[in-house]
Amino acid sequence: MELIRLLRTTAFRLFLIYFALFAITAGLAVAYIYWQTNALLGLQLETAIRAELQSLDEQYRAGGLDQLRRTIAERSETPGNSLYLLTDAEGHRLAGTLKAVSSDLWNSSGSVIFVYRRPAPGGTEERLAYAVAFRLKDSSRLIVGRDIEDRREFGRVVRSAFLWSLAAMTLIGIGGGLLIGRSLLRRIEAVTETSRQIMSGDLSRRIPVGSSGDEFDRLASSLNAMLQRIGELVDGFKEVSDNIAHDLKTPLTRLRNRIETALRDTPGQDAYREALQASIEEADDIIKTFDALLSIARLEAAAPGGARGELDLNAIVSGVCDLYEPVAEERGLKLSCTPAPAARIRGEPQLIAQAVANLLDNAIKYGGRPGQDRFAEPGIFVSVALNGENAQITVADHGPGIPEPDRERVLKRFVRLEASRSRPGSGLGLSLAAAVARIHGGNVTLLDNEPGVKAVLTLRRDGAAPAARAS
Amino acid sequence: MRVLVVEDDAKAAGYLANALKESGHNPELAADGESGLERARSGTYDVLIVDRMLPARDGLSLIETLRQDGVRTPVLILSALGAVDDRVRGLRAGGDDYLAKPYAFTELLARIEALARRSAPEKASTRYIVGDLVLDRLAHQVTRAGEPIPLQPREYRLLEYLVKNAGQVVTRTMLLEHVWDYHFDPQTNVIDVHISRLRAKIDKNFDRPLLHTVRGAGYMIRDGAD
Repeated sequence: MELIRLLRTTAFRLFLIYFALFAITAGLAVAYIYWQTNALLGLQLETAIRAELQSLDEQYRAGGLDQLRRTIAERSETPGNSLYLLTDAEGHRLAGTLKAVSSDLWNSSGSVIFVYRRPAPGGTEERLAYAVAFRLKDSSRLIVGRDIEDRREFGRVVRSAFLWSLAAMTLIGIGGGLLIGRSLLRRIEAVTETSRQIMSGDLSRRIPVGSSGDEFDRLASSLNAMLQRIGELVDGFKEVSDNIAHDLKTPLTRLRNRIETALRDTPGQDAYREALQASIEEADDIIKTFDALLSIARLEAAAPGGARGELDLNAIVSGVCDLYEPVAEERGLKLSCTPAPAARIRGEPQLIAQAVANLLDNAIKYGGRPGQDRFAEPGIFVSVALNGENAQITVADHGPGIPEPDRERVLKRFVRLEASRSRPGSGLGLSLAAAVARIHGGNVTLLDNEPGVKAVLTLRRDGAAPAARAS
Repeated sequence: MRVLVVEDDAKAAGYLANALKESGHNPELAADGESGLERARSGTYDVLIVDRMLPARDGLSLIETLRQDGVRTPVLILSALGAVDDRVRGLRAGGDDYLAKPYAFTELLARIEALARRSAPEKASTRYIVGDLVLDRLAHQVTRAGEPIPLQPREYRLLEYLVKNAGQVVTRTMLLEHVWDYHFDPQTNVIDVHISRLRAKIDKNFDRPLLHTVRGAGYMIRDGAD
């Protein structure tokens, strides 16, 4: 099973293709070298035999058949590769190392390759030879040749060396291919295994990332980043359902108790009417909270960016200021709004207006100082500024402020600081503003205004183009 | 006013029909998109109330088909989906107003009355008169008992919307949507403060108040006792 899986890996298949290409190339190279060497050796052989024939012919001219016979007999004594056969006109052997040759050889002109027998330990052996036949003036005939069995042997050795090395290469290659395949398979298996665990419900699993930073590590890191984001979304949904369980059930219980109480102890139309009126108000609050939760959840699940129209941030902010100005004045806070020289950005106007309204609402609710003279303090400052790629809306108050450790926390859903619990509000305003900022590629930060809170809503001017998201 | 309610939840439709009857209207019910479309085509109604999610034919498709057939009856869309883009989609399909569920009946009533009025051939009025209050749209001027009342631009638009709907309840959400063009709920009751400022300007120095608060619903401008 394991082997079949290995054989089916991409790594192994790639290896097979490379191996075939390599073997063909190597085979061609060896064949070429073999052929070239053979041709060169053949040429040398031919030249040597021709030279010897020449010198023997000179002997014959000088001393006749007799001297030639003697020379050949002499040369035949010395061991070596040279082969000779001298016969008279009738074909009787006079001298030489060869006993006899076939008549074909005599009748051929030029060079021939033939097999001859020679004594060897334990009998005779057949060997390959190369020879040239030569007819002398007196019709006697001479054959001069060379034993080329060694050359044949050389060919055999080259062939077998090639075959053996091919076999070794195949073995090592297949082994290596399997090893590489297995190591790749193991890394892929890690991904597969992790995704199975995640599918079975354990979203906290992460793919192991090696230290080499290769393509697998990069893949693993980006998959992990994806899992992280999915995990956050799922946590978000879990949080929403927990929130619903707690922060909606509590007012629902209150609502139910109120109705029960009214039914139980206060008969009379007026009392009923009052209880019902209060119940409707309670129900409205629950609906508001529910709507806000749904909006936040939707925003958090949405991807930043997307097609957004162009809008004038100054107009949006001054609209919100205009809406809140009377409320601020009623609370004794002077509201001043400073626009930017120009503030055209891409975004969702309703969402941005809502985010600014929530920040301003908070500033008005918590940014005043009870007990001080009306208008004695600087009030609330709202300003718009463009800053490189970002647009920033700052809402600054001079109230009691938020202690440093709580600043991050208050952006979460339903987090309300002790001091504000007694006042109306859902604890969702800042979360919604943060969610709006996020889908515009920005964020909400709370700073110290010394004293007071300076809330900064940052939005990308391009409405968060998808390319900008990767970072 | 003849009102067609296209709503598949029988209980909700029943409550709505009863409440409409009590307010002096004449409601009819259709329980799914197809029958709703048929009745809206054949009958003559002043307003249609259409739920977005309906069996047989979805609410948006009902409205689109109706508009293609040239039926111009104003439509109020009811939907459990309250987000801004859902609203935009509903209005783009040909709806005239959008109300997220759950809603207050007073809100629904105020809205359908405003819709019916809007569709009635408007007297091309350049002057609105409520009692001794006159709003002159050409001169952009407001007088009461002949005395000019200086208003800021936003106050003028607030008053303009109120006098346009004189004698009818106008809810806070309607004011937010039409005067400020905001489709979200500001957490504080900002509208009340704007109204009390306006009231200080137009009613304070006069015996008879014109701008009334309708408890649990909103505001109404009218000439007459409370």
